[in-house]
Amino acid sequence: MAAKTINITLKIWRQKNSKAKGELKSYALENVSTDSSFLEMLDQLNEELLTKKEEPVAFDHDCREGICGSCSLYINGRAHGPETGTTTCQLHMRKFKDGENIYIEPWRSAAFPIIKDLIVDRSAFDRIQQVGGFISVNTSGKTMEANAIPIPKSDADKAFEAAACIGCGACVATCKNGSAMLFVGAKVSQYALLPQGKVEAKQRVQNMVRQMDEEGFGNCSNTGACEIECPKGISLENIARMNREFLFSAITSDK
Amino acid sequence: MSNSSILKSSIAKKYWMALTGLFLCTFLIGHLLGNLQLIFIDGEEGRRAFNEYAYFMTHNPAIKILSYLTYISILFHAVDGFILTVQNKKARPVNYAVNNPGPTSSTPARYMAVLGTLILVFIATHMANFWWKVKFSQEIPLHTYKIESKQEMNIPKGQSFYYTQVPSIQPIPKDTNTLEEKGTAIYYKNTNIKIADCYIDLHKVVMAFFGKSNPNGIFGVLFYVLSMLVLAFHLWHGFASAFQSLGVNHAKWTPIIKNLGKGFAIIVPLLFALIPILIYLNN
Repeated sequence: MAAKTINITLKIWRQKNSKAKGELKSYALENVSTDSSFLEMLDQLNEELLTKKEEPVAFDHDCREGICGSCSLYINGRAHGPETGTTTCQLHMRKFKDGENIYIEPWRSAAFPIIKDLIVDRSAFDRIQQVGGFISVNTSGKTMEANAIPIPKSDADKAFEAAACIGCGACVATCKNGSAMLFVGAKVSQYALLPQGKVEAKQRVQNMVRQMDEEGFGNCSNTGACEIECPKGISLENIARMNREFLFSAITSDK
Repeated sequence: MSNSSILKSSIAKKYWMALTGLFLCTFLIGHLLGNLQLIFIDGEEGRRAFNEYAYFMTHNPAIKILSYLTYISILFHAVDGFILTVQNKKARPVNYAVNNPGPTSSTPARYMAVLGTLILVFIATHMANFWWKVKFSQEIPLHTYKIESKQEMNIPKGQSFYYTQVPSIQPIPKDTNTLEEKGTAIYYKNTNIKIADCYIDLHKVVMAFFGKSNPNGIFGVLFYVLSMLVLAFHLWHGFASAFQSLGVNHAKWTPIIKNLGKGFAIIVPLLFALIPILIYLNN
């Protein structure tokens, strides 16, 4: 099958650094293969910009196979572009039409400040993880055999589905409130569902929610947009579980 | 319990939204059932039933507790909602140049604060229209009625009688020469001798407010019906959303809750809206 090419106009958010004022800039890009991924298309643009001695567009990327959570981009008003269950690196140019205007903006959230162009600082997620996204297991050399504790298959599945979160931040980007509840809900759930995680569950949910609020994420309006845009299909059920865990913890913990 | 977290945390604010919202849903059911008497019971019987009901609702101590709980819930729901909205706006200081939320969320879900504000305006107007008059105004007449068939009692044709709370053996004629009204009570003129307590005629006030005979009636009807449409949209998202906020999300129950919420959002505002429409058509 012969490769088809399209010509597109890109409207890309350009911002020199975190302090500078940004703006949408227009770039015409020709002969884009419909087989190329969205990031390859941006590579092509950057090649052209470099040959013209212009500053290339800065954007996050790493594995380019939809598993690392590095890529972001708000494309034509949707997180990770028009497809659901897909990261930007797995989005292909065949989803766009010849002559189309494509708007590319960074994640917009007070908790995700822009570093440059399309790159935002997602370290707020790291700080939330650091206050509770772990279990305290001594590495004494006498580690218990993991499969010795029976775990219901449905619990294991749910924990696994929650753990599929790659921390890309699409939930925050698409939420009208810039809320991180789906991310935190997934992190709380993946531990709360398993016996090893239950030990510290009460304190974990309190700490992670407090950190989430301190980072300046918004509140949950239960619109469900996060669940639909999440490239890993994390369910709203995880937010409800976090809400239950939080209530239970607030009522029963000593402090 | 960390005291600050149960009040201030993002999740706790949502519990309060959910609890007050669900309480107000139960209020809607009670309020609806009471007010449906306006259209489902005809004539003098309906007037008596509604005025007795209105008296019960303003004088029963248990109802008083419920009504204060309702006022508090409305205020809390509004203030909490306002705080949440301000925080949410702060969480996204710069908006997207192009945003396409249509495919990922329902429109009512995204406009809960706007819908809620409109409902608050409606509640204020609705209370000014009726509640304020009952509590503070002397404009509401006492419930009087005419006896048509008792000619043998030497009653002049067209004579009105007070509808008293403890029905007296003899109907008390409305005679301004010998009697006077103080609040809901009637007295012998220029004395402190009370004859009886009467019902205020709220039924008449409502009929006059929405009826065709009132030149502004049609605007009242339109405003109330549109407000019920707004309420329907608010409930469309709000009812099921409250359960999610309280942590109720279950493979078996959530679909039932969602359908129940949508049914509630259609049926309750629709029945409310029927009240002014039918009164307009029949009066």
